[in-house]
Amino acid sequence: MKILVIEDEPQLLQNIKDSLEKEQFLVETASDYYTAIDKIAIYEYDCVLLDIMLPNGNGLNILNNLKKEAKGENVIIISAKDALDDKLKGLSLGADDYLTKPFHLAELNARVKVLFRRKTLNGKDNITYGNLKLEIEDRLLFVNQTNIPLNRKEFDILNYFLLNRDRLITRTALAEHVWGDHIDQVDNFDFVYSQIKNIRKKLQISKADLKIESVYGIGYKIVEK
Amino acid sequence: MKLLNQSIKYLSSSILLIITLWAVVFYLNMLQEIKDSIDEGLENHKRIVIQNAKKDPSILTKKYFDESFFTIEEISSEKALSITDIYRDTILYMQDFDDEEPELEPVRMLTSAFQIHNKYYLLNIANSMVEEDDLVKELLFDTIWLYLLLVFSTIFINNVVLKKLWDPFYNLLHQLKTYKLESSQKLPSVNTQTKEFLDLQQGINDLLVQNRTVFEQQKEFIGNASHELQTPLAIITSKLELLLEKEQLNTEQANTISDVFQTVQRLIQLNKSLLLLSKIDNKHFFNNVSVNINKVVKESLEQLSDFSTYKNINITFNQNAILRSNMDSSLARILITNLIKNAILHNVDHGELNILINSTSFEIVNTGINKSLKGDKIFNRFHKSNALSENSGLGLAIVKAITDLYHYQIHYKYENNLHCFKVDFHPVQ
Repeated sequence: MKILVIEDEPQLLQNIKDSLEKEQFLVETASDYYTAIDKIAIYEYDCVLLDIMLPNGNGLNILNNLKKEAKGENVIIISAKDALDDKLKGLSLGADDYLTKPFHLAELNARVKVLFRRKTLNGKDNITYGNLKLEIEDRLLFVNQTNIPLNRKEFDILNYFLLNRDRLITRTALAEHVWGDHIDQVDNFDFVYSQIKNIRKKLQISKADLKIESVYGIGYKIVEK
Repeated sequence: MKLLNQSIKYLSSSILLIITLWAVVFYLNMLQEIKDSIDEGLENHKRIVIQNAKKDPSILTKKYFDESFFTIEEISSEKALSITDIYRDTILYMQDFDDEEPELEPVRMLTSAFQIHNKYYLLNIANSMVEEDDLVKELLFDTIWLYLLLVFSTIFINNVVLKKLWDPFYNLLHQLKTYKLESSQKLPSVNTQTKEFLDLQQGINDLLVQNRTVFEQQKEFIGNASHELQTPLAIITSKLELLLEKEQLNTEQANTISDVFQTVQRLIQLNKSLLLLSKIDNKHFFNNVSVNINKVVKESLEQLSDFSTYKNINITFNQNAILRSNMDSSLARILITNLIKNAILHNVDHGELNILINSTSFEIVNTGINKSLKGDKIFNRFHKSNALSENSGLGLAIVKAITDLYHYQIHYKYENNLHCFKVDFHPVQ
């Protein structure tokens, strides 16, 4: 899997690169408009992460170029701009997703993976992990072929965890992903904890091969037993 | 006091002063003129009397004032030579046509001496004078009439002419009163040729243009500043996340980093709220559609259900009507969600939350601290009613900004230990 990250801020670029490389992706970078245009013209990428505001040019032009050359298969726009018209413009030009800065690396990771799954498997995707299987389309969890009933939030949480295996998922990132942006001003995320407790109980009773670990009191990580 | 009345006040008092002075001077002059004229007549009379005396010596013995108003008396030569013509004011006992019986009247009297056939005579000639009190009375009445006439004409002229003259000024003033820096497109302008008003208009317009530029710049600055903060915040977050993923951290380090991480998350939320406020202020939301508020409330309650369940809050939702309003759908969601979130966040454990929708209004009532909030402050930016430090203090400010944008009314009241927020929408049918 080859990903091109187009981002003008070197530190953020490096962070994104580090994070994606942990997932065994092949990551190339471009930090300005012309480099990006050149790389896109020469190489083929499975996915392009695109910052809209670049030195020397607008990222939306790059998106246009990609579409013209029929290379714009998987484009995720990362932008500090979240003005509605920019979002719509980006999506109407054929971007697959839109992520507003600042974002959590776990969120970016999940978006990239979901994108791959959608494109390569047409959504008919199951995630297996040890004796555990998550049927994405039907939103079902099986442990040792036995269906474990999950409510909507529990399924979303588990899915998010499985997209970020062995990675730290902060409670903020989890809350934003599962409960949406509007949850952000709520004073604490204690209610997240009660959901995690339920999932843990279900995983334990069904003797699943994985467990949810707390990490430094700030988030969680899913690990094999 | 209106300018018009001010000018009338000053004009009438100055006129009063001028007229009074003028009346005194006029009176004295008039009196002098009358005396001069009488004195000339007396002089003339004297000559006639002397001529007549030469022809008819019988009048030389006329000792009393009667119909011809003079007396003649023989005197010694020394005395006669010492007399020069003297005019003086004196009084005589006589009856005017307006008097019922003879009374003392002011007269002008000429005292002179003449010589006929080496004999010397003293001559007194009198002429009735205008009565001074009559003159004063007449003059006073005339002056009062003149004063009143002048004052009333001033008022009239002021009202008609000045009002017309000042019309551009009042017009400009009215336009300025209704001018709003953030929404008025047209600068105040009046149709006038008066230089002062044109200058005033120019001055005002320059000031307004300048102000508007500063206002725009300030709005832009907040937007740009929070916008520019996004990338650094993204770098900090991702760096901290990568750092936390390294497993060789000891507990103390991990705790410090997670504290920093949580603080940065708060900073991010604050920045997002500021960005949203700036967008609302800059009217970046124009996608108005007919929004079903009932549906928005249902969705919000559903999204926040985990949060409310966690706090064991008993929620009731009464829909007396379907409320639709023409607004941006994401702003409608933010408006409703912020109010519900606020009611959950500041609620007590096992508290109550009631939502009521009528055909024109949305009302949310909740339990909370047993004290009224400061109704005039709660919608201010960064106002915090208590030390809930993780709360940005911008939630209700955003609500207010949205209601202001659409000219909805929002009210807060505290009744029966319940906090109530009510939004009056302009519903669409």
